[in-house]
Amino acid sequence: MATDYEAVIGLEVHVELKTKSKIFCSCPTTFGGESNTHVCPGCLGLPGVLPVLNRKVVEYAIKAGLALNCEIAEFTKFDRKNYHYPDLPKNYQLSQFDLPICQQGYLEIEINDNQKKIGINRIHMEEDAGKLVHQGDNIARAEYSLVDCNRSSVPLLEIVSEPDMRSAEEARVYLEKLKAILEYLDISDCKMEEGSLRCDANVSIRPRGQRTLGTKTEIKNMNSFRSLQRAVEYEIERQIDAKEAGEPIVQETRGWDEVTGVTLSMRSKEEADDYRYFPEPDLPPLRIDRAWVEELQQQQPELPAARKERFIQDYGLPNYDAEILTNSRALADFYEASCSLYPNPKVVSNWVMGELLHLLNAENLEITQSRVTPERLAEMLQLIDKGTISGKLAKTVLEEMFKTGQPPQAIVQAKGLVQITDESALTIVVDQVLEANPKVVEDYRKGKGKALGFLVGQVMKQTRGQASPEVVNRLLKTRL
Amino acid sequence: MAKLNQLTIHALRDLLDSGQVSPTEVLDACLKRIEQVDPQVKAFITLIPEAARARAKQLEDLGKDKLATHSLAGIPFALKDNLCTKGILTTCASRMLANFIPPYDSAMVEKLEAACAITIGKANLDEFSMGSSTETSSFFPTANPWDLERVPGGSSGGSAAAVAADEVIFALGSDAGGSLRIPAAFCGLVGMKPTYGRVSRYGLISYAPSLDQIGPLTKDVTDCALVLNTIAGHDARDANSVPVEVPDYTSFLKEDLQGLRIGVPREYFFPGLDPRVKELVQKALLRLEELGAICEEVSLPHTEYALPVYHLISTAEASSTLARYDGVNYGYRAAADDLDTMLQKTRTEAFGPEVKRRIILGTYALSSGCYDAYYLKAQKVRTLIKQDFDQAFAQYDLLVSPTAPGVAFSFGEKEDPLSMYLLDFCTNPLNLAGLPGISIPCGFIQKMPVGLQFIGRPFSEGTLLQAAYAYEQSTEWHRQKPDLDNDCI
Repeated sequence: MATDYEAVIGLEVHVELKTKSKIFCSCPTTFGGESNTHVCPGCLGLPGVLPVLNRKVVEYAIKAGLALNCEIAEFTKFDRKNYHYPDLPKNYQLSQFDLPICQQGYLEIEINDNQKKIGINRIHMEEDAGKLVHQGDNIARAEYSLVDCNRSSVPLLEIVSEPDMRSAEEARVYLEKLKAILEYLDISDCKMEEGSLRCDANVSIRPRGQRTLGTKTEIKNMNSFRSLQRAVEYEIERQIDAKEAGEPIVQETRGWDEVTGVTLSMRSKEEADDYRYFPEPDLPPLRIDRAWVEELQQQQPELPAARKERFIQDYGLPNYDAEILTNSRALADFYEASCSLYPNPKVVSNWVMGELLHLLNAENLEITQSRVTPERLAEMLQLIDKGTISGKLAKTVLEEMFKTGQPPQAIVQAKGLVQITDESALTIVVDQVLEANPKVVEDYRKGKGKALGFLVGQVMKQTRGQASPEVVNRLLKTRL
Repeated sequence: MAKLNQLTIHALRDLLDSGQVSPTEVLDACLKRIEQVDPQVKAFITLIPEAARARAKQLEDLGKDKLATHSLAGIPFALKDNLCTKGILTTCASRMLANFIPPYDSAMVEKLEAACAITIGKANLDEFSMGSSTETSSFFPTANPWDLERVPGGSSGGSAAAVAADEVIFALGSDAGGSLRIPAAFCGLVGMKPTYGRVSRYGLISYAPSLDQIGPLTKDVTDCALVLNTIAGHDARDANSVPVEVPDYTSFLKEDLQGLRIGVPREYFFPGLDPRVKELVQKALLRLEELGAICEEVSLPHTEYALPVYHLISTAEASSTLARYDGVNYGYRAAADDLDTMLQKTRTEAFGPEVKRRIILGTYALSSGCYDAYYLKAQKVRTLIKQDFDQAFAQYDLLVSPTAPGVAFSFGEKEDPLSMYLLDFCTNPLNLAGLPGISIPCGFIQKMPVGLQFIGRPFSEGTLLQAAYAYEQSTEWHRQKPDLDNDCI
């Protein structure tokens, strides 16, 4: 019988902080921009220029630490991580080694309706490197490469989880929740596609019940939540297959290939660098004032978990709705704005989570990019209440609103989508349908309740969906 | 009568403020002297006479009354060539930076410009300040004005030689283990390493960031106080600079040392010390007692570890700090077909042997498996060394020792790196502890100057200047000048 394996997964997440200026100089952190325009002698690593710590970075790190239930260090310092690479102007990165600013926290995720705590090992502050722009298809085939230092010294938090996740799905849910928290804190843009949220996964397997950890591999190059889940799933399978085939699992770094859907060996641990960490002599160590931490704790915004609770309590939403709506700060904001204009929380939730999210996902858009605003959504819902449009028509109206951004009334008028409630007009159609379907009429009279639905459908079809379902139902019942 | 270039800052200030001489006259005297003696002394890597003349003219246009409000107005000076000057070559005496023109000024340049002093040029040094003789300069060695066959000390040897040869009125250098005080001792000058954090390191091309400190090289103690007044102070661009108020250092210049308690650390009179230096230091102690000080022997028991600790920490920091010189963004770049080869060739070709030696030592001290035994242990002993000083300063206002174990030596005499490293025996413990120190002349051995070192508590530069001034005023050593005119015809 084949062994039952258990996967052990830990994530290392890098987030760029959205401070106005870089971590050790006053250059802007703005993404994009012409190469080497957001630079100064400091972030270019020119000799004689010294790092000066941006206080905001420490503040954001503490906020993240508090939100992730961490202990905030009283004494912390920066260390130099030494390695040579052309995108690293000083050839050392200022990071934190043995005394990170936050330690020993956790994050709660919900998986199959169960709560699970994922431990946070540490959060530390560091500077980002620049970027190499290869002049060719890839680094191997490039004739030469150029260095862009715009990103050099942009502040990063590295958030390291404990190896507490047991499936690729848990890993994805953890990252989604982490992203939500950072968004709520408003300390990062968290855009995986722009690299402001980056994730590496450490994956190992072991026979279920075994306590010691198996040999791990580190997976890189995952650029979306979906690729994280796919990559980890693949890697777990690959390791199990290797184990079953009696092949050793090598400790190494593997890159996820989105196109082929496999992980490939990048470098093994034997070639790993010796980073020669030591305390940065150019920056004095930091003593974090407890009063400051307390003050930041007081200022913490409502976080996803609290907001979800509130949605359940105040709006009477089911757990499922509340979880999805609060997992994105922007979506929750949209929902609440809509509710304030149209105070029927469950109806709003159904429309936002159903039709609107469906449309957004199909176009791969964020709620912030939606042309449907809370105002427009509320107006549309009011049109349903007034009987101007049916729920079914409303879907068509919403699609149009999503495409064009027009107000619902304009769409209804332009497309002639107004609901037909005129009984005399509908009676004609009803009679035609009854006449054309004697068999169904008979079935109904024999007690087949479902037959009524068919007949309603026929009337709706004849009226191109514009008939009021209520009126049609009533008319049919009286005739039958 | 003395020539203008031979005068001190305070003597020149009287002449300039009263309008008896103009900045251009002072500058011309210096430039003429440079022309005359620098081919032999070789103090300068870069000279900027045109810019200096333009500046002098500009200052004259301000008028003498306005000029008099600036502390160093019209005084020509030299900068060690590890202090960045915007638009002017800054080489660190290394092939690596032989073409490096910084796009920014160091804090020192800003301060001295604001004080209306006039930059004449960039002075030679040991490559990246790694040395005690200025012989490791990639370009040429600098000669000691007292004997052109001998070294001026280092690493701020060019700065010291330029002042001692009367090519400039004062100079700035930097000191990570004795690099200001050793050249001051060897060239018969006053050299002060201020408290770590007293002077901004912004724009100083670092050797060992936790040890480096900038300071003045001057012809007497009064000038030292005047320059310190200008360069000291907090700078937000150097996170280690300390926001401690800057007093008027000239207010400490008193001839009385009544009741001053001076400790004399036993361990600083070590076996490597030239007995003739010891004798001169002992005479100086007697003089200090005559001036009212109480001198007593004190012990700093961890002194013998300072040298190895210094070399572990400084080389570890340097190995990382100098990693940026890779040929990618600026500086020397060797031609090669791929990145790794370019990196290797660049560093192999552009760094001299002493720099390579220290990078290798420091890389080793930090490497996995060695860190605890070397770097970390060195940091712990550094704390013990600091505690020795704390205990001594609980009893004494100042400590006094020799600056260097002997007088300036001949070129090539100390080929063994260890014998060269021993020169810093009495000076580098101060850098480890972050303490201020000053070296002043205390006599001559066969016409070569000898230095006396005062060591103070953090931010006690005033007390150091007081003791140094009182001693100086009771002697004639600082009035003596090298007889260069016969050597440079």
